[in-house]
Amino acid sequence: MLKESTLVPETAAYRHVIPAGDYWLRRVEAGQIFRIVDLEGNQAADTLFFSAADPAERYSAVDTLRAQGNVYLGLGSKLLSTEGNVMLEITADLVGRHDTLGGACATESNTVRYALEKRTMHACRDSWMLAVTEHEEFGLTKRDITHNINFFMNVPVTPEGGLSFADGVSGPGKYVEMRAEMAVIALISNCPQLNNPCNGYDPTPIEVLIWDPA
Amino acid sequence: MADPAPLYETVLEGGKHWSFTARRGTLLRLTDPHGGANVGMLFYNPQNLLERYNAPDTLKCQHTFKLTRGHCLYSDMGRIFCSIVEDGVGWHDTVAGNADKALVAQRWGTLRYQEHHNGWTQNGHDSFLVEAAKYGLGRRDLAANVNWFSKVAVDETGAMYFETENSPPGSAVALRFEMDTLVLMHTCPHPMNPAPEYPRRPVEVAFRQTDPVAPDDFCRNFRPENGRGFQNNEIFHLCGAAAGSGPC
Repeated sequence: MLKESTLVPETAAYRHVIPAGDYWLRRVEAGQIFRIVDLEGNQAADTLFFSAADPAERYSAVDTLRAQGNVYLGLGSKLLSTEGNVMLEITADLVGRHDTLGGACATESNTVRYALEKRTMHACRDSWMLAVTEHEEFGLTKRDITHNINFFMNVPVTPEGGLSFADGVSGPGKYVEMRAEMAVIALISNCPQLNNPCNGYDPTPIEVLIWDPA
Repeated sequence: MADPAPLYETVLEGGKHWSFTARRGTLLRLTDPHGGANVGMLFYNPQNLLERYNAPDTLKCQHTFKLTRGHCLYSDMGRIFCSIVEDGVGWHDTVAGNADKALVAQRWGTLRYQEHHNGWTQNGHDSFLVEAAKYGLGRRDLAANVNWFSKVAVDETGAMYFETENSPPGSAVALRFEMDTLVLMHTCPHPMNPAPEYPRRPVEVAFRQTDPVAPDDFCRNFRPENGRGFQNNEIFHLCGAAAGSGPC
């Protein structure tokens, strides 16, 4: 189901464009509205959330999916933590569904998926490794880098148990918006993958916007 | 497959947990004698505990939502912890996670150790925490686990459901370890099991030695990705059994 937001970019408290291949790491306060815009379409925003109060509590894909009883994220999805608390809720969405099964690309999984010689190609997990190293103040390390959300990405699952990476259902200017129910640390890798259609073989910028509570 | 006498076999009662290091070349067979068992499992590299089972990589590398014979279980470092060399069930879950204390209490009530001793209602999440802590691991180190014998499928809309008749009595699944692997396991109920009573199903566990992986091995050739996964393991083992030095 699609739903437009009533918020306009001009009133946002914060705006930032993330080029493909870069990471973005920032605290989002409880009550703030957080939007990710797929500026040019068909991009993948690989996203992790941690509780700002206790970063060992983090987004849990498996608990989120089981609790909502559906393998796709969309409007109304409550993003649950490993402790079963609601971290954020998706309150507006122009895409329809988002993936949280496929995980992030890594140089190591690229060797398996494509070729051993692709091991030096840039990948989301490398962006995250740099992020946690450059921002020791959050206390995050590799052990915290786990099962993420792929906003804008389309990973259909079939009743027979198949799973594939399909062409995106997103498009230029489409966005997903969520309200933080607790103070969170948001960590995004704007996916640099060049080997599959998750971003149309052409990684493009995304924008993040944050509004203060009304 | 040659089936030599087990090196060791035991039974884990329902609602229990255990951990061990399976050496490369070990065959681990799990048998569900009464049907309807669930075995939660997580995997780590004992030489580098930061390398661990990665369900998303396992699924996307093999274009699958379910686990069955031919599939390999991947670490986040592109290596294969183990291959599913035998499966009488056809579908094992790695998406639905674990029951924790609150979920068990809500669905089946709480039987405390104080009153019920070995019949208490242990949960999978606490079981993993207990076993993980024995290796210096904590809640930050847990990940999406495998639930052997349990099937969670989806309909056309992505709605998930638990298949109650997935594992008939006597079902077995066998894992061949492709590198030394720390295994955490529990026999606590699957978090989507709708049984009215806390399901307490034992599982038989048997360890055997396997033959080296042949070039025409079923799992290795199940998908081209798995061939490359096995290559990554071969690179990892270039230094011999006592890795940790050299390019590995």
